[in-house]
Amino acid sequence: MEQGTVTAASGTREYLTFTLGSEEYGMDILKVQEIRGYDAVTRIANTPDFIKGVINLRGVIVPIVDMRIKFSVGTVEYGPFTVVIIINVLGRVVGMVVDGVSDVAALAPEQIRPAPELSSSLDTRYLAGLATVEERMLILVDIEALMGSAEMQLVDLAA
Amino acid sequence: MTAVSGETPTIDISSFGLVFFEECAEHLAEMERLLLAIDPGAPDPEELNAIFRAAHSIKGGGGIFGFGDMTVVTHELESVLDLVRGGELGLTRPMVDLFLQAADVIAMQLAGHRDGAPVERDAIERVCGALRGLLAGTAAHAAPSVAPLPDGPPAAEARRYRIGFTPAPDIFCRGIRIENLFDELAGLGGLTVRGEVAGAPQLPHLNPELCHCRWELELETTAPEAEIRDIFEFVADDSDLAITAVDAPTAAPAAGGEEPAPRQGAAPAPENRGGREQAEGSIRVGVGKVDQIINQVGELVITQAMLAQLGAVLDPVLFADLHRGLQQLSRNTRDLQESVMSMRLVPISLVFSRFPRLVRDLAAKLGKEVELRLVGETTELDKGLVEKLADPLTHLVRNALDHAIEPPAARLAAGKPAAGTVTLRASQIGGKIVVDVMDDGAGLQREKILKKAAERGLAVGDQLSDDEVWQLIFAPGFSTAETVTDVSGRGVGMDVVLRNVQALGGRVAIASETGKGTRITLSLPLTLAILDGLAVAVGAEKFIIPINAIVESLQPQAGDIRTVNGTGRVLQMRGEYLPLIPLHALFAIGGAAERPEAGVLVVVDSEGDRVVLQVDALVDEQQVVIKSLEENYRKVPGSAGATIMGDGRVALILDVGEITSLWRGKSRERAARA
Repeated sequence: MEQGTVTAASGTREYLTFTLGSEEYGMDILKVQEIRGYDAVTRIANTPDFIKGVINLRGVIVPIVDMRIKFSVGTVEYGPFTVVIIINVLGRVVGMVVDGVSDVAALAPEQIRPAPELSSSLDTRYLAGLATVEERMLILVDIEALMGSAEMQLVDLAA
Repeated sequence: MTAVSGETPTIDISSFGLVFFEECAEHLAEMERLLLAIDPGAPDPEELNAIFRAAHSIKGGGGIFGFGDMTVVTHELESVLDLVRGGELGLTRPMVDLFLQAADVIAMQLAGHRDGAPVERDAIERVCGALRGLLAGTAAHAAPSVAPLPDGPPAAEARRYRIGFTPAPDIFCRGIRIENLFDELAGLGGLTVRGEVAGAPQLPHLNPELCHCRWELELETTAPEAEIRDIFEFVADDSDLAITAVDAPTAAPAAGGEEPAPRQGAAPAPENRGGREQAEGSIRVGVGKVDQIINQVGELVITQAMLAQLGAVLDPVLFADLHRGLQQLSRNTRDLQESVMSMRLVPISLVFSRFPRLVRDLAAKLGKEVELRLVGETTELDKGLVEKLADPLTHLVRNALDHAIEPPAARLAAGKPAAGTVTLRASQIGGKIVVDVMDDGAGLQREKILKKAAERGLAVGDQLSDDEVWQLIFAPGFSTAETVTDVSGRGVGMDVVLRNVQALGGRVAIASETGKGTRITLSLPLTLAILDGLAVAVGAEKFIIPINAIVESLQPQAGDIRTVNGTGRVLQMRGEYLPLIPLHALFAIGGAAERPEAGVLVVVDSEGDRVVLQVDALVDEQQVVIKSLEENYRKVPGSAGATIMGDGRVALILDVGEITSLWRGKSRERAARA
């Protein structure tokens, strides 16, 4: 396990890594507000199944997205160990359900390879690249582009 | 005048600029209100004084902040007003018009300084010139009757003034040095100063920072009294100052035409009332700060509800003290919430006050006679609402003047008084603010509207009821005005009014009678932040139905529910058939009671239509804090926002109107599939 205290030299950036099924993903740690359990979600009718609903985060109403359903990976179960990453993107607060949060990885730009064109449920537009950390592949997600996209249905595009 | 900050380097005057702009705008509004109300034939001296004071305050403030251009106009205005209140110049209607124009010019200059808005120099010159013309006119008029006046600026003879100066006790705290004042006075002529200690307490109680002295000054000068007063400007209110001419010459006073005697009697008392008490009675607080308190109190209410819920399961005997405490807490939080909410409430007169001027100008432009009546100006509503209400109301009033009120000749022919009446009436009815815009004009014309609607390709027919016809005027781009004037008639208006009011959570209704007039009623929620709601359960979910939408609730008998076409259900209630909307079906909630007889039915009013919502159970009635869903998510169809319940969970607040249309859409889909 690497410690997350690497100095930001030569454009090195830190990524929060999380797992969805057997895959490991990473996102810009500066976008992360907090990590909490999955609890008391109020369902919203007539929304896609990956939008689980909204929660009360200290008086602010925050939508919850289940990335496992969105990416069709992992087993969708909700229990005391289900983890929600609360992120801050596009001036909004959004919670995303993942299988687990594993680590913080510091990556220099040269460690990141562009993602190849492939057919997956995750459009390559939202991939910032692929990286290798200790023999494991890390899929770096451009979380801002993803959450703001029409397919997530999190934002009123008309507005 | 521009280098003020340089002269007083220790104080950053610019930070007070904002306050000045606000105050100046208030003074202008006050001046305008008074000018519009004044009767030129018999002006109330009290009102004249108030107008003068407003102009004077603007001049003073403008001077301090280095807006020399503003002081020029206000100075001329002030001079003329002074003559008027001194009775030397009779007030006429054109003069009132000129004063109003001057107020407009000052407002324009203010906007120029504040927002960098363009300033029309011509307008300023024109108004100043006209004001000077009035002044010159009086001088010429007054001359023969009083005393021979030399040409050009009159060389006034030296006069002796006795000045009684009793400064406010806090004068030193304002950083004023009295010796400088006297130096300045001595610059005008021969000055003798006599000070006396008045009303000083015993030494142990003496506050050395307060002033307990008063001064008797005698000044022999050629300068007019106004100049002496100017020296005391910002140092003393009129109440602190008594200036008397000791050897008042029989000749008319010079330049400003000051007449000391009447002035003294009139000025002091009102000055005191307007100035000091007001300063003590209110403080200016940013809206952001108030909103922050409201949010925090909202959180407190939620926490309190949570505690109450947790406490409710505890044994009332064992935990009697705790229960008492919780009850106390609930009462206190409710009181606190009410007080805090009331901080945001402002009287609707803030919007209404703009209309006398608007109506006056517009009526003159249109060649109509219109009397504006304002009723219920003290009705209070949320500040945010007041601001957003201004545009729709302006549209409605303009429409009333332009379209509804007929020209005087036509009115007389119809047996109505030549002057039309437009009434703005605000009242609070239950949890709603109702604003009526009424006129006694021609009323809406059914044929004209139908014809226009047909031209615009709207599906209409003669079978439409009057109410349905009136609703047509809310269609975008709809206007029946025969000619497009710059007042209205471009067909933007009613649809904007409807949209604006709906965005505020309000409704618009129209009642009209041909030949008698039209009444447009806006009903708005009292506040944007809190709502009285009924919590209902559907399956495991809870929803809030706004109380003001609820007509009644009932437990249906098997026979009350009928089906239409096999699927659509209606409730038969007192001879009416109301469509039934099962919320569990609309929101696809499992585990809810399927059959209406097993649940509870809530009859709600949706824009005049009644529909019935089927829920599992009524939970309780509560005040809920409205939270935005759009802030982090998006608009949810059928909801007017969300709230946080006592257990910390989020519940959606239902928008009854939207639910109705949502359900109709669904039914249509189903029908199309079938």
